[in-house]
Amino acid sequence: MSGYIVRRLISMVLMLLLLTLVVFLLFSVLPTDPARLTCGKACTPEVIAANRHNLGLDLPLWQQYWDFVKGIFVGRTYGSGTQTYSCDAPCLGYSFKRGEEVTTLIKQGFPATFWLATGAFIMWIVVGVSVGIYAALRRGKWQDKTVMGISLIGYSLPSFFIGLVLLYFIILKWELLPYPSYVSPFENPVAFFQTMLLPWIVLAILYAAFYMRLTRNQMLDTLGEDYIRTARAKGLSERIVIRKHGLRAGLTPIVTAAGLDLAGLLGGAIITESIFSLPGIGSLAVNSVVDADLPLIVGITLVTATFIIVANLIVDLLYAVIDPRVRLV
Amino acid sequence: MAVDVDTEARGADGVVAPEEIKGRSLSAIAWGRFRRDKTAMISLGVLIFLLLCALFAPLITSVMGLDPYEINRHAIDDIGMPLGCGKPDSAFFCGISWQHPFGVEPGTGRDLFSRLLYGLRISLLIAFSATTITVILGTVFGIVSGYLGGRTDAVIGRLMDIILAFPFLLIVLALSGVFTQRLTDLGVPEGNASRITYLILVFSIFGWPYLARIVRGQVLSVREREFVEASIAMGSGTRRILFKEILPNLWAPIMIYATLTLPTYIATEAVLSFLGVGVLPPTPTFGAILADSVQYMSIIPSYLLIPGVLLAIVVVTFNLVGDSVRDALDPRAGRV
Repeated sequence: MSGYIVRRLISMVLMLLLLTLVVFLLFSVLPTDPARLTCGKACTPEVIAANRHNLGLDLPLWQQYWDFVKGIFVGRTYGSGTQTYSCDAPCLGYSFKRGEEVTTLIKQGFPATFWLATGAFIMWIVVGVSVGIYAALRRGKWQDKTVMGISLIGYSLPSFFIGLVLLYFIILKWELLPYPSYVSPFENPVAFFQTMLLPWIVLAILYAAFYMRLTRNQMLDTLGEDYIRTARAKGLSERIVIRKHGLRAGLTPIVTAAGLDLAGLLGGAIITESIFSLPGIGSLAVNSVVDADLPLIVGITLVTATFIIVANLIVDLLYAVIDPRVRLV
Repeated sequence: MAVDVDTEARGADGVVAPEEIKGRSLSAIAWGRFRRDKTAMISLGVLIFLLLCALFAPLITSVMGLDPYEINRHAIDDIGMPLGCGKPDSAFFCGISWQHPFGVEPGTGRDLFSRLLYGLRISLLIAFSATTITVILGTVFGIVSGYLGGRTDAVIGRLMDIILAFPFLLIVLALSGVFTQRLTDLGVPEGNASRITYLILVFSIFGWPYLARIVRGQVLSVREREFVEASIAMGSGTRRILFKEILPNLWAPIMIYATLTLPTYIATEAVLSFLGVGVLPPTPTFGAILADSVQYMSIIPSYLLIPGVLLAIVVVTFNLVGDSVRDALDPRAGRV
């Protein structure tokens, strides 16, 4: 087991390095000149050239990549001579457009994204899994069909559609909730919940629909296994058969999906955050694309991808805990 | 649910009728199950109807005397709202007339019915092409990775991990400008042709790893079976084993994946249009129409409702057909 973890950790670090390389190369094709963005309209070519030099953009690509990776682990210093700016590790670059380190910007956006993701996650897991189990136990009956029909509709509508319709009716038309403006839950819990409720619901609708279907199919698969028949034949009560034998084995794919989905959301929910103007990583990502803020785009891509890779590892380890049939080798 | 195939041959008293036993291929059995599934047949009917509508959109609209690009000043008032809309006593379905059965677009007065038909055409074109490429890539990589194993498997596996780790929307947004330009440089006609190609490509590139994972898992179990061993013993080459022996056993998961992916591509195209990287106006797509309509939600509710419901119908019927395909192909279905 510990050998497995060590090997996985090493391969994870290699993956992340590879990932930075891919991200770096992918975005180096963008035609925007980051040096040009460093100063306003009245900008002389000399200033641009000087800034380009200070940013290290006149170096060959591999050198830039090396500096970038070095910055992540030990920090880096921009410029030379008297005008220097040091960016401490983990340094993902400096956004001249916003006059701020990329790491700082992402940290500022993280709380809103974190609360959005975790709140929605709890909602969709509770609703999705329990309704999925319910539908599986009523397989083929009208309850099953109704629930699955509703989930299909939730699954099929694009997120911006659900979001905007809810925004319009609940907030603008019926004024059931105040217009969303993000506050920290520690400052004003009431306003926090009022703001987050709709975004949570929008995300939860999207995901819960998928989890209902997944849970239902998973449960049906498991309940058809021979050992479930054995458990019933032993005379165990139906409740125990379903809880201890069915759920446990049926849950593994749900854990995988849940881990990866949560990790993906922690990297920002672009649509939901934009619609409800939450100052999270998703909004930041959209703005960075609009402004062609290259260091920021690269930084966000990397952070998001890292979340997913780490989640992958955690999920694989959880597997062995939940399902004793899984051997980690 | 589908009746068990075995019970079919039994008489009312449960005794097997002394009928001649006909051999039926697996696909014939699956089709038989599918045909008895009422939801499936209705969805399939709706789907075929919609496909025909999309295919013959130019014909249908010209017969009705409509044009998706024609600007109709007579259908809108001075401030550009469809006639009858925007007043306190406006009806829910304002702007709808015999001439324009789904109403008109605010600002231009373009006919919504014909725009939706044309939009359906483009959305389906994107979704179908992207699904086809996704399936080909996913199947080939999955089979090769699962059968060859070892280093090939490791390389393909890492490649998939990296692709799956990328934030799809952010990448698509950030790279859309450059890559559309690249495609134009490569000879794809400028404008929408490049943009549509770009969408198809990114959907396929980000989509195939999901299928490849499923296929790989299946291959791992199939390759240990006796008929593969027999084929190896008879001296078949790797290509023959992969595509003649193993591939036919994978049709079920591939079919299921394809029918369930297609609708998600339609919805994703809508999201991308909403974010402004989809097809350029005035060319209509579902996404473009929906994204435009949300601004007028309070004034012209039907403008939002009709495309929304139509999109939901398209996606839901595809999903229902996909589910039924799964049930029909699954030998254990209906026997739990």
